[in-house]
Amino acid sequence: MKIVVALMLLTFAVSPIFAIDIERAFEDDAQQARYERLSRELRCLVCRSETIADSNATLASDLRRQLRELMAAGKSDEQIMQYMTDRYGDYVLYKPPLAARTWLLWAAPVLFVLGGGIAAVIVIRRKSHLPEEDPADPGLGAS
Amino acid sequence: MLRYLIPAGVFAILIGFFFLGLGRDKETLPSPLIGKPAPAFELPSVEDPTQKISSQDFAGRMYVINVWGSWCVGCRQEHDALMQIAQRGEVPIVGLNWNDELALAQRWLRELGNPYVGNAFDAEGRVAIDWGVYGAPETFLVDANGEIIFKHVSPLTIEIWERDFVPLIRASKGSGT
Repeated sequence: MKIVVALMLLTFAVSPIFAIDIERAFEDDAQQARYERLSRELRCLVCRSETIADSNATLASDLRRQLRELMAAGKSDEQIMQYMTDRYGDYVLYKPPLAARTWLLWAAPVLFVLGGGIAAVIVIRRKSHLPEEDPADPGLGAS
Repeated sequence: MLRYLIPAGVFAILIGFFFLGLGRDKETLPSPLIGKPAPAFELPSVEDPTQKISSQDFAGRMYVINVWGSWCVGCRQEHDALMQIAQRGEVPIVGLNWNDELALAQRWLRELGNPYVGNAFDAEGRVAIDWGVYGAPETFLVDANGEIIFKHVSPLTIEIWERDFVPLIRASKGSGT
């Protein structure tokens, strides 16, 4: 029983209470929301699968500071993203830009759904043309 | 016949993708700064923090920027290679000490030797961000026009130096720039 309780208590260890970037960056609610959104769109380049909002790497906290300063200086979203890609390339963006190099990446989900749909239609069509009972299979009850 | 060819073809394409993915280096990110002017910097010197070290000090000369920190294991690993490269004297090596503590950085240079002509102390990592640094050790080659012409991420070895850096240094010096 004690073990069960201990395990249940352990689940609190992953609660968002322990989020990395907890200090409020801006007094203004709209600015704070914008800060949180932008920090979720930028990749921490040390720990590649984390955004700078989620990571406690030094580089992530340095980039968060940079983001706060750029926002405080009145830079637009585009200017901030440009600042980051000028230094780190497109990889710093969690959402890659739509470009000639990336069209396949963006089109892939559509292509997969289309391909699967076409295959499904072909199979269903063919199956519906088959006779109701398979002459090769006498079925249950046949002796 | 076709009903066997299509799945076999799809399978072959997939295998092709996977095979190409196997050989790719997914760790090293291409730097957008190659071919661009090296970002300017002015920072206190690690050796003597009352002195400044700036990119202006190296204007008109080819030089190497090596990003390191006393916390960085890969930097310790490449340190011998840097000492040897400094001995060869092909090009001056400037250290960019990144997110470090001054006393630790100074002790590092004292204990392991100092291959650098100077070390810039970037405690806040601002210059490192301008240079697009994401993981020490990183080594940049800046030509006499002040342009970054090459970047290497991960510990340097003499083999890497001779393969990637030396030809660029020769070519750049040969063209008289």
